[in-house]
Amino acid sequence: MQAFAGVSLFSVFVLMALGLAIIFGQMGVINMAHGEFLTIGAYSTVMMSMLAEKFMPEFLPYYFIFAILVAFVVAFSIGYLVEFLMIRHLYRRPLDTLLATWGLSLIMQQIFRSAFGAREVSATLPDWLMGSWQPVEGVDIPLNGLFVLGLTILLSLAVFIFLFKSRWGLKVRATTQNRLMAGAVGISTPMVDRVTFALGCGIAGVAGAAFTTIASTGPTSGSLYIVDTFLVVVFGGAGSLLGTFASAFSIAQAQSVMEFFMSGSMAKVLTLLAVIIILMIRPEGLFSVKVRK
Amino acid sequence: MSANLKYSEEISPVNPAEGEAMLKVEDLVVCYGQSEIIHGLSFQAKPKETLAIMGRNGMGKTTLFKSLMGVIPSKGGKVSVAGKDISGLPSYKRVASGIAYVPQGRMIFPTLTVRENIETGLETNTNKTVPDEIYELFPVLWEMRGRKGGNLSGGQQQQLAIARALASNPKVLLLDEPTEGIQPSIIKDIARILNEIRRMRDITIIVSEQVLSFTLEIADRLLVIERGSFVHEDLRANVDAKKITAYLSV
Repeated sequence: MQAFAGVSLFSVFVLMALGLAIIFGQMGVINMAHGEFLTIGAYSTVMMSMLAEKFMPEFLPYYFIFAILVAFVVAFSIGYLVEFLMIRHLYRRPLDTLLATWGLSLIMQQIFRSAFGAREVSATLPDWLMGSWQPVEGVDIPLNGLFVLGLTILLSLAVFIFLFKSRWGLKVRATTQNRLMAGAVGISTPMVDRVTFALGCGIAGVAGAAFTTIASTGPTSGSLYIVDTFLVVVFGGAGSLLGTFASAFSIAQAQSVMEFFMSGSMAKVLTLLAVIIILMIRPEGLFSVKVRK
Repeated sequence: MSANLKYSEEISPVNPAEGEAMLKVEDLVVCYGQSEIIHGLSFQAKPKETLAIMGRNGMGKTTLFKSLMGVIPSKGGKVSVAGKDISGLPSYKRVASGIAYVPQGRMIFPTLTVRENIETGLETNTNKTVPDEIYELFPVLWEMRGRKGGNLSGGQQQQLAIARALASNPKVLLLDEPTEGIQPSIIKDIARILNEIRRMRDITIIVSEQVLSFTLEIADRLLVIERGSFVHEDLRANVDAKKITAYLSV
């Protein structure tokens, strides 16, 4: 049971970290506002659920699939705008980006608070997401957890195919490795940056939609995850998708299993300690590609 | 800098007598901060001509190439390819205008496979698969197409960098010290390949070099750069090897 609670956490971590890892890996931008894109996705889902309830209750069982798409599109578009208006002017100033995105996250939190109120809201889950699955007597696996896990796997596959099989992915990987040279072979790096940033934000939006099935949404929901997500990215090795999965899984499992046996803060301390020790042994993260540089 | 360097008067080569210039550089000035590295260079290259720019380390060869490619900004002057002004454009738009770049140190993408490395150069092409012609020029790249670029030897990486640049079907190919750090037998291969490329395509090649023997195998015309200005020019036919060697020796 507790291990499965870890799986839900793992899913949100993976979705958040995926976006963050591509953005950080490619542009070196540490996006402190990444958590707010999760919140955007979550609020979009809540809005969709309210709309469905109000105007077409018969649509309620299916709206969630649609809400995931909306969450992606909304977060993608806002990410695109943020890159265009702010991030692209700060590429050569990493510390300023850190401050600017942190400021952006505060502004966004206040906007959420003004628009949706400080109270947490939650989406009405369709019936098929409620309840649990009982593979054997005494083991209840919540259906929403299973659904979020499935969604994560699907989305990760999609990102993987996008990055490794598509022309866009090739451009993203080339730009990640050597920005100047990618430009000098004819790749429009500013456009690649914008799409990558927007894509990372879009994935965070989907993470937000998934988030509504396991918790309720408040203005600061996303910011609670940002530190853990950075931990996942650094621990996994920036730029390695496999590493991101492995580290998200181990950190999420370690935290939720240990939380069961001791207090939450003790679990956090032990996880952080383990991560620090492993990073001292392998500074480049769990998985890093080894080639001549 | 030693005091016994002989400085001849600066020259500004303007020669290609007949035909439109494929690459035309006028009064190019490049600075790093306050220090001016390239002092108003002008030169041009004809279609199908191979022009070598020779000079010792620190004389501005790489700076010149980087600014031609738009990797670093230039402070003044004009660069045009086939009559089209490309000065001030970002690198990727310059590639679309028909200029391609093989940088010093090769700079291939180490974790992309060989095939993917070549494919990055296809951005300006409508066809996004690697043309057979490229693998015919570089058979070794066909054998290695599934390997990561970073795991190739230096000479193979150099070939990969040339293949990647050729993929965009350039009118002008810039090669910055293609022989640096490469063993002599491979240097011969690269000279042969460059000559083959000239036979196969209408292409203007600008190459920067320190190795005179390699340069004499490929270049039609030689220019010597010294502290950001041209000081000597010669056609290959009447090259004064002694004089150029004097410029190149430290």
